[in-house]
Amino acid sequence: MAARRARSLGRWLVSGPPMLYLIVFFVVPSLIMVLASFRTPGEFGGLAPLYEEGHLDLNLESYARFFEESIYALIFVKSVIYALATTFFSLVLAYPLAALIAKSSKRYRDLLLLAVILPFWSNFLIRIYAWMIILGPNAALARAVNGVLGSFGHEPVPLLFSSFAVLVCLVYVSLPFMVLPLYANLEKHDPALLEAAQDLGANAWQRFWRITFPLSLPGVYAGGALVFIPALGIFAIPDILGGPEDSLIGNVIKQQFLETRDWPFGSVLSIVLTVAALAIAGLAAWVGRRNLSTPSSAREASA
Amino acid sequence: MALLDIQNITRRFGDFTAVDDVSIGIEAGEFFTLLGPSGCGKTTLLRTIAGFETPDHGRILLNGEDLAGRPPEDRPMRMVFQSYALFPHMTVEGNVAFPLQMAKTPAAEIGTKVAAALEDVRLQGFGKRYPHELSGGQKQRVAIGRALVTHPKVLLLDEPLAALDAKLREEMQIELINLQKEVGITFVYVTHDQTEALALSHRIAVMNKGKVEQLDEPSKIYGFPRTRFVADFIGHCNLFSGPVTARDHGVLTLDVPALGPVRVATDSTLATGRPGTIALRPEKIRIDPTAPTATPDNHYRGTVQELLYMGDVTVYKVGMPGGAQIEALLANSQTGRARFFEVGDPVEVSWAVGAGHFIEE
Repeated sequence: MAARRARSLGRWLVSGPPMLYLIVFFVVPSLIMVLASFRTPGEFGGLAPLYEEGHLDLNLESYARFFEESIYALIFVKSVIYALATTFFSLVLAYPLAALIAKSSKRYRDLLLLAVILPFWSNFLIRIYAWMIILGPNAALARAVNGVLGSFGHEPVPLLFSSFAVLVCLVYVSLPFMVLPLYANLEKHDPALLEAAQDLGANAWQRFWRITFPLSLPGVYAGGALVFIPALGIFAIPDILGGPEDSLIGNVIKQQFLETRDWPFGSVLSIVLTVAALAIAGLAAWVGRRNLSTPSSAREASA
Repeated sequence: MALLDIQNITRRFGDFTAVDDVSIGIEAGEFFTLLGPSGCGKTTLLRTIAGFETPDHGRILLNGEDLAGRPPEDRPMRMVFQSYALFPHMTVEGNVAFPLQMAKTPAAEIGTKVAAALEDVRLQGFGKRYPHELSGGQKQRVAIGRALVTHPKVLLLDEPLAALDAKLREEMQIELINLQKEVGITFVYVTHDQTEALALSHRIAVMNKGKVEQLDEPSKIYGFPRTRFVADFIGHCNLFSGPVTARDHGVLTLDVPALGPVRVATDSTLATGRPGTIALRPEKIRIDPTAPTATPDNHYRGTVQELLYMGDVTVYKVGMPGGAQIEALLANSQTGRARFFEVGDPVEVSWAVGAGHFIEE
């Protein structure tokens, strides 16, 4: 009895602080945000008083506005497309890299992984500003591109302040988040499976598509979620590297809170973003489970 | 001409020579076993046949055609891996259908061929299961069914029963023998388990340090080992070594230290003074409480020093006055008694000149 009580006390001591942290800094703010989405914006920004003249001031006006003004839905769709494109290009670039690291000898593996996470050692914003220089009109890259275009008689194009710049930088900052889960998955694959497939007549391409790729799907989904969700809400990269057309939902939310100071509408947009991210991630997980039929078998393979 | 002709194959890994100038001819329809301790090169040789290893020397012919340069996926052979290597994300049917799909078999035929293969390995009704839902023996059968479904010329098996428990292993051995008879495909089987090799094979190549020590039928390997290594590796064996002291009508006498003169029948013409070895199986030795009436060719008086009661038989280790120890095996056939002798009993060990086998080394 005492032992059981001691054990449950120990469990609470261990899991208590992180749970408290999440309640104070995630659950409570989220609830405040949900409440704010039903309130009226204050005359000079912020929120109008919740309880005034004897009645609660709660309404659906901000939600109505979101559904009435199509511009926000369009920005939303655009953000999803950017996030999907980022996820796709990250996957295409990260997969060979993760496979290479997983296949390299143990001696170089740690070094290569270190190289993947090395960018985290410098500040996020500094790395984005670095892309301003790399893509700037006077940098070698822009000159080379425009030199080639010019020789075909094409007008010079700006690389910076464009969707291209936003996408390149999004993929750049996302890449480690795709590489790491993929590596963790690929590293555990049993090489005997590939030998067996080869012995049974599969060429390199068939071995990849029939064996390696399906078994790596848990890693693909994990990486996809880690890349897609942050990319959906990003605002710093379009702010710094994008043109006026590249404003994404994250920028609009930031604008609502800091510039327009319409907190209820900003809250509505945030909630819609959260719901959308959860819905898409849930959908992907569901599709993934169906395709894989038995996630446990894949886990066994990677074990 | 042999179906599979292995000619002078050598495979080195750095300074280590895993397979050292091995030549073997394997006939069509044969159950052939590569037997040896771990590290003897048997698995490397099997992987070389499959195409996973490229030999540094020599060549492998299948039906007279050199296989050099043909990757594993283009060789008409299939391998059964020790770990089974079933694809965990595919059902049993998916696994068995895989080689058919790779061979571009028309979809209409795949179903019937998969069903036939599952019937061959007695797994009807398991087609929709996933590998993790199967027992070890069932996984093993899927692996074999998957390898046989395209009717390869040769099936290569790498310690396929090593992961199974003893009882199941015995069952699978009988099944393998029957299956091999049924399908008539050449089996090349790798194992370190000598009883398995003796039970299954038509012929065995005993390997040691990358070389073939002896290639023969199981009964010859057991009864007439050509080298000390083979005698020692296959089953239990008393090895008596010493110089030849006399030769008389096909019977050699060896002077064995710590034991005395030992006589053995042989057609060897080894000169007197040269060292030789007599290999004597424990079950060929008689143990009696007193000297037998008809005095056999070799008899020694000793004391039981140790015994190992195995249920059906007992292994007695008999110490000789000179210090030698002779291992003898006796079936526990007497009714009413568990065994014949106890530790400390004085006994008479004896055997005929024909019981031992002479090795010239």
